Amino acid sequence: MAARDPSGVAPARIPVRKTYKLYVGGQFPRSESGRSYVVRAADGTPLANAVRGSRKDLRDAVRTARGAFPGWDAKTAMNRGQVLYRVAELMEGRREQSEAEVAAAEGLSIEAAREQVDRSIDRWVWYAGWADKITQLLGTVNPVGASYFDFSFPEATGVVGVVAPESSSLLGLVSRLAPAVVGGNAVVVLASEGRPLPAVTLSEVLATSDVPPGVINILTGWRRELVPILAGHMDVNAIDAWGVPFEMRQALEESAVENIKRVARPPRGDVERFDWLDDARAQRPEWIAAFLETKTVWHPIGV
Amino acid sequence: MTTRKDQAVTRRGGSDTVGRGTDSPSSWGLGDGQAIPWEYAPAPESRDIVQLQARYGLFIGGKEVAPKSEQWFTTIDPSTEEPLAEIARAGLEDVESAVTAARRAFRRSWGELPGRERAKYLFRIARILQERSREFAVLETLNGGKPIKESRDVDVPLAAAHFWYYAGWADKLEYAFPGRPNPKPLGVAAQVIPWNFPLLILAWKIAPALAAGNTIILKPASSTPLTALLFADVCRQADLPAGVVNIITGPGEIGLALVSHPDIDKVAFTGSTVVGKTIGRALAGSDKALTLELGGKAANIVFDDAALDQAIEGVVNGIFFNQGEVCCAGSRLFVQESIADEFIGRLKDRLSTLRVGDPMDKNTDVGAINNAAQLAKIEELVEAGIAEGADIYQPACELPARGFFVRPTLFTNVAQSSRIAQEEIFGPVLSVLTFRTPDEAIEKANNTAYGLSAGVWTEKGSRILAMTKRLRAGVVWANTFNRFDPTSPFGGYKESGYGREGGVPGLLAYLDTGEGH
Repeated sequence: MAARDPSGVAPARIPVRKTYKLYVGGQFPRSESGRSYVVRAADGTPLANAVRGSRKDLRDAVRTARGAFPGWDAKTAMNRGQVLYRVAELMEGRREQSEAEVAAAEGLSIEAAREQVDRSIDRWVWYAGWADKITQLLGTVNPVGASYFDFSFPEATGVVGVVAPESSSLLGLVSRLAPAVVGGNAVVVLASEGRPLPAVTLSEVLATSDVPPGVINILTGWRRELVPILAGHMDVNAIDAWGVPFEMRQALEESAVENIKRVARPPRGDVERFDWLDDARAQRPEWIAAFLETKTVWHPIGV
Repeated sequence: MTTRKDQAVTRRGGSDTVGRGTDSPSSWGLGDGQAIPWEYAPAPESRDIVQLQARYGLFIGGKEVAPKSEQWFTTIDPSTEEPLAEIARAGLEDVESAVTAARRAFRRSWGELPGRERAKYLFRIARILQERSREFAVLETLNGGKPIKESRDVDVPLAAAHFWYYAGWADKLEYAFPGRPNPKPLGVAAQVIPWNFPLLILAWKIAPALAAGNTIILKPASSTPLTALLFADVCRQADLPAGVVNIITGPGEIGLALVSHPDIDKVAFTGSTVVGKTIGRALAGSDKALTLELGGKAANIVFDDAALDQAIEGVVNGIFFNQGEVCCAGSRLFVQESIADEFIGRLKDRLSTLRVGDPMDKNTDVGAINNAAQLAKIEELVEAGIAEGADIYQPACELPARGFFVRPTLFTNVAQSSRIAQEEIFGPVLSVLTFRTPDEAIEKANNTAYGLSAGVWTEKGSRILAMTKRLRAGVVWANTFNRFDPTSPFGGYKESGYGREGGVPGLLAYLDTGEGH
């Protein structure tokens, strides 16, 4: 991402550029399709080539997520919380790179980008704390009218596809990803199409964190290619449609019906103008609940 | 006792017999009451990780300060009676300084800090406790006498977990109590804690109080100040603002002076019912909020369909965990009459395998009694049990020559009215009674002034739930015992106290939700 020197003279040291790759099963594959696309900064400057993931890459990612789901779901809530908190710890250590990428992608000053990164880190901490509390918020003991002990509690829904918000490349992504993961789901993320680089750097943080391989998988690519595949995939239990362009929404929901996917949608209004810095609106326990099922158990009482 | 130390003690109706505990066959294939015929090699934990200061001052306003009282006392290792360090004995002026520091911190920093930032301090403390877990475990055992395997595997990890859990609440208080969206801290909290779980109960007290935005003056028990003072160092490492946590050491009367101070908003006490009542009287008429976690005399009820091996382990854990110095210890065992002989026989076998001795040995099951006064109280109640006609059984085991030790003790043929069935012994002494029907078990189990905990052992789920409903106790364990978790509320009915620690109710004890109560 070094600025080009107009004089044409090579600098004394040539920086080593990063290859931005997919993140699937804890590894960093390129696309099996061998395709990429140019990612540009907000001002139009080319930044890097990102992988243009294929439908096969997406199917591989879903299969990987399905394999990782039982182990993640079986961890204790406190353990999942500690794993999410560890993501925050590691993001704090790599913040300069994220700040530079968010600033370039979103056309922000470095101070404004720093605030986006601060809040992204704090959001992991906030959701980490929910791991062992969401059950206490949503669970109930139900005083049924007979001699039964009857209680309800939330459980993870399974594999969740997250179509990340398009404009908020890091904070929007973290704000939608963390609530899906903390409840015990395994996730396949489609990163922002135009601003994918902060998501790829986040995947590098995840790879060195304690998040088990396959629990979070991050793909870059074209929405019009990948969203329909995700929406129609019969082994995806829920889809987060916050980043789905409005014109694709109806088709997505029609595909989602085929296996009764849960669809999480943004509130009415322009999602691209959603204020991700507003804690009161942009971090919600309801967003965790959107990817949880309720299980009710009946048990007789009597000697 | 006039018997040799390496032989089991049984005494029935006043006549002494030595060597055999029961006529029932032993599951070990050994004679009952005989020690296991092999020796364990010593497996001592090194104490090198702990760097003791010669003297510990008070922790007030973020600094270690010498007591204005200019008085000090010695804290010891109860397993050897060797001195460990000199500890400040706070006086009234020191109480004043601590309250002033806590009030200032509440006004100037902590009370105004957003929950999001408070949370991060608490997460830091949890992490530092995890990082320094070995050091805390060794110090807890040195100063408290509990087996190292318990401080290492229970006390310290659970203490860290409590900070972890409440850290996550600090920025979510508006979700904790539906319909009460704007909870506020109470202010300055005075917390007085006992010697049986010095670090763990410190965490139970401090974590929710800080999460809710209060500042604190904590007084640890006079016999176990060291892990609390090491915790002061954790606060420093976490860069916790000065005065948010203050720790003062000294005898019970300093605790009473602290809770009585007019600038205290909230008092939390864990300890005996007698002292709890004294505090309650001292606070009567004030606006201070009060929670009390007091004594217990838990019933552990074993039905004839229980998984017996599992029940034996649970009953043994229930009363010998931490030498029975546990407010929720399963100190009364109710066995269904049809299995009583077999169960008691197996219990005696299991007792004979308990390893009593050096708390720093990783194989030790039962360590030292915490202090001389407590040892004397246990011995007095054991004598009372014998005098009241119960049959005593103690397995053969060599007790160390120095230190405060007592053999695991089991009483059978205990009358419901006997002191050992009614009073909290707070030691490794189990009173066994029998019952025939569930109604009788409930009647007997509830027949005490206490109501902290209870246990039920049966393979029938519906029976567990029916018993649970009728037991007047704050915690009921089914087919397990002595389980603790930061998400799970703990506290008593009746004279075992009021208020809960742990879970969402544990948070409520430190918040003003604006609705009164």
